[in-house]
Amino acid sequence: MSKEHEQGMSVIVKTVTRLTVGMIFLYGVYIVLHGHISPGGGFAGGVIIALSFIHLMLAYGKDVALRKLSKKTASFFESTGALLFLAIGLLGFSGGYFFLNFIPKGEAFRLFSAGTIPLCNIAIGLKVGAGLFAIFVALAMLKLEKGEKK
Amino acid sequence: MIIYFLCLVLFCIGLYCILRKRNIIKIIVGIIIAEYAVNLLFILVAYRKNGRSPILSPDTEIINMVDPLPQALVLTSIVIGLAVTSLLVVIAMRIYEKYGTFDITKIRELKG
Amino acid sequence: MLELYILLIFMIIGAIVAIEVKDLLSSVIAVGAVGLGLSIVFLLLKAPDVAITQLVVEILCLIILIQATLKKDLPFSTTGRWFFNTVIAIGFIALFLYIAKDALQLLPEFGNPIMRVARSYLAEGLTKTGAVNLVSSVILDFRAYDTLGEATVLFTAVIGVLTLVRRQGRKKENEVIEKDDE
Repeated sequence: MSKEHEQGMSVIVKTVTRLTVGMIFLYGVYIVLHGHISPGGGFAGGVIIALSFIHLMLAYGKDVALRKLSKKTASFFESTGALLFLAIGLLGFSGGYFFLNFIPKGEAFRLFSAGTIPLCNIAIGLKVGAGLFAIFVALAMLKLEKGEKK
Repeated sequence: MIIYFLCLVLFCIGLYCILRKRNIIKIIVGIIIAEYAVNLLFILVAYRKNGRSPILSPDTEIINMVDPLPQALVLTSIVIGLAVTSLLVVIAMRIYEKYGTFDITKIRELKG
Repeated sequence: MLELYILLIFMIIGAIVAIEVKDLLSSVIAVGAVGLGLSIVFLLLKAPDVAITQLVVEILCLIILIQATLKKDLPFSTTGRWFFNTVIAIGFIALFLYIAKDALQLLPEFGNPIMRVARSYLAEGLTKTGAVNLVSSVILDFRAYDTLGEATVLFTAVIGVLTLVRRQGRKKENEVIEKDDE
């Protein structure tokens, strides 16, 4: 416990991070889920989700962030997002062609509408968020390894 | 027409930085600036005078919308740009680890 | 449209500062200023999706670049063919501008886009896909192949980064061990 407190930035930054990081994550999820009725979508929401974990990592050090989402889990989510997106495309063959919007459209301006588009948004959000977090963790580890060598 | 020209000037600054500078981080900066200019050109071509953003509204009918197609292309291009930038940064850090410098002329001297 | 010109000139000044300043950290932060200006320009040009994405991507890009350049020196080398290199760079840019002059005249006038394809997207977007945000309906329904290609590129970039970053491969370790044994 005491070792945890030594890593990362000062107490002020840690307290502010503890209060805000959950809200940043929730905002990312909101942007992903409402991609078809308001500005946003999978790309922006995924980057915001990745930024929330990077915020945790910058303030608390590497260990705390990796306990919440390890590098292996990030790689798993990234592959899951890619495969989910491809699977939604392939399921379109059940009705005729690739990327067919096979789910009923529903009423416009509602959260549950627009067929496969929210599902595609979720897949892309998973993929972008996990992929960018994996890139950042890899960069941080490269720096750490170099420091050890010297 | 002037605004296209200003966008082109921004691209030329990035191009000059790529061609002329010797520091690898400066070259990456040049690539980022050139990429911004290209994205901006697409959005400028899509703009319609007194247009509205391409999102429908429940109560009022919007007739004068901007072109959504270049916006969709740029949206994917931005994220690809970030991934490519991070790949370039990792390669630059590996070069720094091996040669101890970001200067490309020094790297050429140390070859072999 | 005056604010658009002001923001573009601000971006050009920021870009010149970014490439000419000698400190690497200042250079990276100047690029951040250019990107945030670009985000406001997107908002003024009625592209809110692109503006949100540009804003968050710019922040992440800045963090990655600062991490790469922190505590690294910039050896400023004035030796070599300084004059020759500058003349070649400026000559190439002049050639580029000469060719771009013709291309600029073929572009549609600012404010009047050619919307041959987009007109049908705007008219039929809601009935065919059910999505209110038409940009979202274009990237995930009408042109989902583009997004699939983008996902492939992103996946390749992530794999490339993870490959470059990992510790030294098995073959090299064996070599080191053999040398130690000898």
